[in-house]
Amino acid sequence: MRFKDVFSIIGPAMVGPSSSHTAGAARIGRAARQVLGEMPREAEVTFFGSFAATYEGHGTDRAIIGGLLDFPTDDPRLPDSITLATEAGMDISFRQGTGLFPHPNTVRLRLIGQDSGQELTLTGTSIGGGNIEIVDVDGFGVKLTGMYPTVLIQHMDYLGVLASVTDVIRSGQVNIGHMSLDRKNRSGAALTVLELDESATPELLQALGDLPAVKSVKLVDLNEAGQEEKGKESTS
Amino acid sequence: MNFRTLSELAVLCEERGLGIGALMLEEQSAESGRSKEQEFATMSQYYGVMKEAVHRGMHEDTTSRSGLTGLDAQRVGAYNTAAEPLLGGPAGQAMAYALAVSEVNASMGRIIATPTAGSCGIIPGVFLSCQERFGWSDDVMVSGLFAAGAIGYVIANNSFVSGAEGGCQAEVGSAIGMAAGALTELRGGTPAQAVHAVGLALKNTLGLICDPVGGLVEIPCIVRNGFGAVTALAAADMALAGVRSVIPSDEVIKVMLEVGSAMPEIHRETAGGGLAQTPTGRKIMEDLRRKK
Repeated sequence: MRFKDVFSIIGPAMVGPSSSHTAGAARIGRAARQVLGEMPREAEVTFFGSFAATYEGHGTDRAIIGGLLDFPTDDPRLPDSITLATEAGMDISFRQGTGLFPHPNTVRLRLIGQDSGQELTLTGTSIGGGNIEIVDVDGFGVKLTGMYPTVLIQHMDYLGVLASVTDVIRSGQVNIGHMSLDRKNRSGAALTVLELDESATPELLQALGDLPAVKSVKLVDLNEAGQEEKGKESTS
Repeated sequence: MNFRTLSELAVLCEERGLGIGALMLEEQSAESGRSKEQEFATMSQYYGVMKEAVHRGMHEDTTSRSGLTGLDAQRVGAYNTAAEPLLGGPAGQAMAYALAVSEVNASMGRIIATPTAGSCGIIPGVFLSCQERFGWSDDVMVSGLFAAGAIGYVIANNSFVSGAEGGCQAEVGSAIGMAAGALTELRGGTPAQAVHAVGLALKNTLGLICDPVGGLVEIPCIVRNGFGAVTALAAADMALAGVRSVIPSDEVIKVMLEVGSAMPEIHRETAGGGLAQTPTGRKIMEDLRRKK
């Protein structure tokens, strides 16, 4: 069954006008923000295919930037995101890409972190109905849908790293639904992506980060309410 | 979910002595592992968003970013009260509300995709106008949304609900079927009658292409939402009167799949044909490009 439940039919709650060109784009931006782990000081946004042809009319540009501000798909501030981001000091540029791209609705992001100065490149596709697939993170091939809480672990390709990672996850009583590993070269840099049935606690993330050979650990959780919404959630 | 087709859904309702909405709430809770109260609360929030969208579309400026659309809901609303409209009454109200939500969507306002953003006006249009008319409580309406979701779930998994895959019949058509079935139940129809309403409604939109001018969710999407609301009321009335879909609704859904699969790509949300490629459609697209 392609559609699993009632909320894949009635929903998502979103700012219009298009589930693929607006809601999906916002989710890609938000995933990138969470992989970066901080507010970007620089954002270079390159659109391909149908995104490149119609991004202004669909507000795809505002949706991407709204996502970079960690806004969920239905955040009423999405239409004003470019102004808000610029005021917050984000240097934004939009380009139309050429060459090969994996899907008609593709965007490539190059971000520089505000505090760390770290660079992140990420390629995302919007595959319909607000659903997305992140296909590339820093040159590593991934398949990240954002449907589940997802942990990205940068580490060295090293005997037994994966075993120690899954051991930590097991001790946190969390089930892994899907996992993938890509490496640049043998014994070189590697990226492991884990989709989890429940979100990882800060303690679990810390324990993963403490493992030898692990460089960084990031959590992407697109189901999480935005900063503004969090207070609301806890009172309901 | 314990059903894959509308006929299975109707049988299951009969076995458990439940309406479609109540059954779907049980099934949803079993699928997600969350309590019925939690799932109901989420849907209640969604209904709140729909209400806000109707209100906004009827009272605020909804001019889209392209400048091509906006404020038609308010035109229809004013005409409904000032003149003697041909349609008028509850149907005119449903039409105005559906236009309102679609215009809010086109102007980057907040909506609920039902099942998509392109068809987000039909269910709120029909639901809100009927709630005002019949004095139904919000909880009744939210149960109706679960019923609409159950119908959409069957359509989506046996055919499609996106214009890029199956044309406008898949988006606006599905939304009309969902609204018609849910409304039949809300008005006291049996699950079997609700299922007939779906089939009756879907037959009327088979073959509808997705041909948005400039690729934007504006022309003709917004007016099709307005028409869709009226059609949903008509289909529900026919079903409640005892009209049956002689071709079973599940078979009509298969026809939607057949027709959509055969639809040329230019008529599936690419703006490569249909209204998008008329002389005026092309001119609008050129103007939009030049504005960039």
